Amino acid sequence: MPRRNRMETVKIAFRNRKFQFGFGLLMFFVIFALIGPLFTNFAWDGLYYEKVGKVELASYSGRHLPPMSREEIWTYTGKKVEVLHILGTDIQGKDLYAQLVYGLRTSLWIAALAAIIGTILGVSIGFVSGYKGGWVDEILMMVVNIMLVIPAIVLLILVAAYLSARSPEIQALIIGLTGWPWVARAVRSQTLSLKNREFVSLARLAGQSDLRIIFGEIMPNMVSYVFMAGILQFSGAILSSATLDFIGLGPTTMVSLGNILQKAIAHNALQFGWWWWFIPPGLIITLIITALFFINLGMEEVFNPRLRRGGE
Amino acid sequence: MGFKKYLARKTGVYLITFLFAVTLNWLLPRLMPGNPIEAMLSSNLGLAPGEKEVLMEYYSQLYGLDKPLWEQFVNFWVSLFHGDLGYSILYRAPVTDLIKHALPYDVVILLPAIVLSWVVGNWLGAIAGKNKKYDRYTMPLFYFLASMPYFWFAMLLVYFVGVRAGWLPYQGAYDPAIIPSLSFGFISNFLQHWILPFLSLFIVQIGSWAIGMRNMIIYELEADYVRYLEALGGSEKLLTKHAYRNAILPQVTGLALQLGLMVAGAIATETVFNYPGIGVLIMNAALSQDYFLLQGAFLMVVISVLAANFIIDIIYAFIDPRVRTSYTEG
Amino acid sequence: MSTLLDVRNLKVYYKTPVGYVKAVDNVSFKVKEGEVFGVAGESGCGKSTLVHSLILRKPPMTHMGGQAIFKGRDLMQLSKEEERKIKYTELSIIPQYAMNALNPTKKIKDIVWDIAREHGYEDRSEVEKLLRERLAMVKLSEKVADMYPVELSGGMRQRATMVVSTLMNPDLLIADEVTSALDVTTQRVVLELLHYFMEQGIVKSIIFVTHDLALLDKIADRFMVMYAGKVVEMGPTEELINSPSHPYTTMLIESLPKIGVRYRETKLKGIPGYPISLLNPPKGCRFYTRCPYAMEHCPRVEPSLIEVGEDHVVACHLYGGESNE
Ligand SMILES: Nc1ncnc2c1ncn2[C@@H]1O[C@H](COP(=O)(O)OP(=O)(O)O)[C@@H](O)[C@H]1O
Ligand code: SF4
Ligand SMILES: [Mg+2]
Repeated sequence: MPRRNRMETVKIAFRNRKFQFGFGLLMFFVIFALIGPLFTNFAWDGLYYEKVGKVELASYSGRHLPPMSREEIWTYTGKKVEVLHILGTDIQGKDLYAQLVYGLRTSLWIAALAAIIGTILGVSIGFVSGYKGGWVDEILMMVVNIMLVIPAIVLLILVAAYLSARSPEIQALIIGLTGWPWVARAVRSQTLSLKNREFVSLARLAGQSDLRIIFGEIMPNMVSYVFMAGILQFSGAILSSATLDFIGLGPTTMVSLGNILQKAIAHNALQFGWWWWFIPPGLIITLIITALFFINLGMEEVFNPRLRRGGE
Repeated sequence: MGFKKYLARKTGVYLITFLFAVTLNWLLPRLMPGNPIEAMLSSNLGLAPGEKEVLMEYYSQLYGLDKPLWEQFVNFWVSLFHGDLGYSILYRAPVTDLIKHALPYDVVILLPAIVLSWVVGNWLGAIAGKNKKYDRYTMPLFYFLASMPYFWFAMLLVYFVGVRAGWLPYQGAYDPAIIPSLSFGFISNFLQHWILPFLSLFIVQIGSWAIGMRNMIIYELEADYVRYLEALGGSEKLLTKHAYRNAILPQVTGLALQLGLMVAGAIATETVFNYPGIGVLIMNAALSQDYFLLQGAFLMVVISVLAANFIIDIIYAFIDPRVRTSYTEG
Repeated sequence: MSTLLDVRNLKVYYKTPVGYVKAVDNVSFKVKEGEVFGVAGESGCGKSTLVHSLILRKPPMTHMGGQAIFKGRDLMQLSKEEERKIKYTELSIIPQYAMNALNPTKKIKDIVWDIAREHGYEDRSEVEKLLRERLAMVKLSEKVADMYPVELSGGMRQRATMVVSTLMNPDLLIADEVTSALDVTTQRVVLELLHYFMEQGIVKSIIFVTHDLALLDKIADRFMVMYAGKVVEMGPTEELINSPSHPYTTMLIESLPKIGVRYRETKLKGIPGYPISLLNPPKGCRFYTRCPYAMEHCPRVEPSLIEVGEDHVVACHLYGGESNE
């Protein structure tokens, strides 16, 4: 049987220690991004909003405070509220915990979207290339190799710089458009090896159409592989997006993790020692990428037992 | 012989890549909505009144923006071969000059960082591949290092080593009060400024090399040829020697593939340390929409990466006979 | 003929998280100088474990008892360094993966020199000269010595490995399934080469491991049949092939294509059923589950080896020996 029971595979993966660790850590940040806002009174931009009739009006003290500071804010209508800045405030007095939570949301969203775009593109192109072969393969692989050699980051900077308004979705799109070659190359070689296996040849002899063979025979055998490629795209996208944000080419409409770091640098947070401004966002990026690494590592051990070490 | 064919093929591929990159570089601004030159000139560059019209005129003529597209394309190439990459409005200097001044700074931090991290990372990874106990403790660290964005690690270095401990300077390539010369004072000042940017690139890269090498070593130590050597009474040292040699080969190719990521690292790191390399040029150009500078810097980066790839490919053909043979057959 | 290798009650198990896999369980046999000794049996019966335990024991493979006396020394008791020294020069192997046994990125002469040097050879040109001579002997060009294994075809690599393995004139050569992956023509070349090595005195004796009895007929002087980690029958080739005693051997031989019968006309019938697990083998005869002659006491009492002809032993209750109950 060439086709593994999929549920079985998932079960095996979940029993792997490295996979458990990576998956747990990632889930922790996803859940944090989802429910984190419950623990603060501040909106995404770190300001305190008060509903006055139909509009919401922002107010903040403008005080620069360290983590776990309590302060009282006078709202627009003259009320006094006591608030807690879990991670302190930035130089303008905006709450950093709120920025971090919402920034994490943006970063995860961008990365997920970019990973999906990059993976779909890469899988399709790699598939067609490996399955069709011949000159189609030659041309597509030429494009892939060209894209691999040109550093994606400069291409990203170039495109981002030409765009004056940048939404998270646009950023995800351009990251996805530069990230796919890795997936394409891996999927192509996988397709090549699957294509010549017995069960695919049998299907072809039985006169099944290309599409039937691709979705019925080849795809199911590649799910885990494609998933791993997607994970790598995700971590690559987190890094690219943070780098773009950090250079100052991030979304203009949203706060993101890289964005917080950029502002920290711009306001000399390093020199003034405001560690709560720049340590948490970087640490989160690092831990998310570590988590993704471990997920992949665990899956690789499940699918490629040669890397498993005796006794583990 | 295989090598000539290999060389010809690689040269062809890189030439096409170069053509493609340059074309892309030329095409992108033209694909974007609006007139990039106008957008650039009307952005906040602080131009004097009248200056904008003069520059518009200058650029339109220089690039013949009123001419048909194909002619613009040809002109772009012609000026490229004359070494003319346009004029930076931000710095008020020819782009070629700016790049010429910035490039040495990239070389001094990137080259040692790449080479040393490759050597040290592979060395540490090789130990991890052979020693299980050591492996257990170091691998999580390597994964953590490899996960770190370069610029964040750079920020940590600035904060802990530069600001808190006050051990080393962390802004610029040398003290602006010192006039560059070959004096001892200048050189030591330069080196002090060099250490942190270098370290930030060096240390982060160690992680991914170590991980790659560790996996390769485990893989190679179990290869058939190693078992054979062992069966014939080869010593532990001999087995390791053969396995290492083959494990290091993919790491050489990996070097080429990693270059793109290192460029990203370098740009972000230079930003943190305000180190006057091409990275800072790119960032400033991007933020002020100084498109000619951006295009020029992009070309420079692409050419360097292509050249490095080409050199690595050639070295690789010499050290791995498999490459040459694959080109003799077909 | 003197005895070159004397294996006595050898037990080699694999240590696994769920217990010991008893891959070689109480195996005894002798290899005489000047003979080709065959080891036959279905895949998984412990043939490779047996021969590898002589030359390369690595975890999880564990020596659990017994001896293997080779030229007066017990291979199981040698120190690492002593073991390393006798390998290649006295005891060598052509592995199952012979085509991939040579490091693809080293020239063949460099591989050979690397090992030769570790066995005390000091003159590189002498070793290389020998290598070239031997390559020519097996009808490979002398230039092969200067080539990388990747530059050779699969069949050439196989032959090159055979040359490398026998370069130091080992007394005993182990050939583990060297013909399994090959087409019929190449198989014949390999067998001829082994004969040639014997004739030229390059090797004194060969242990030839295969799952294909037809090959043993062509090369072995004597052979033994293993089943689930045990020896079930052992004797001179001609006698075993023509008048097998053990039910298992009989079935193996019956399953062979007969000479003069076209392959396509007779369906190759395997032996029905599957071998038992070696994790917890039963006390009695291990062939019991598949044996058409099985008797009541067979699963309880282990049959011992009984002499049924000159130098011909068999482990089966059909030939007596149940009296010890
Ligand atoms: N590393 C191992 N760990 C556990 N069991 C093993 C290992 N290698 C082989 N075995 C088991 O030992 C038995 C004998 O294997 P082997 O000697 O390779 O058989 P053969 O060479 O006759 O095909 C088999 O049942 C196999 O499953
Ligand atoms: S001992 Fe019994 S079961 Fe085993 S082979 Fe002989 S007859 Fe068959
Ligand atoms: Mg075997």
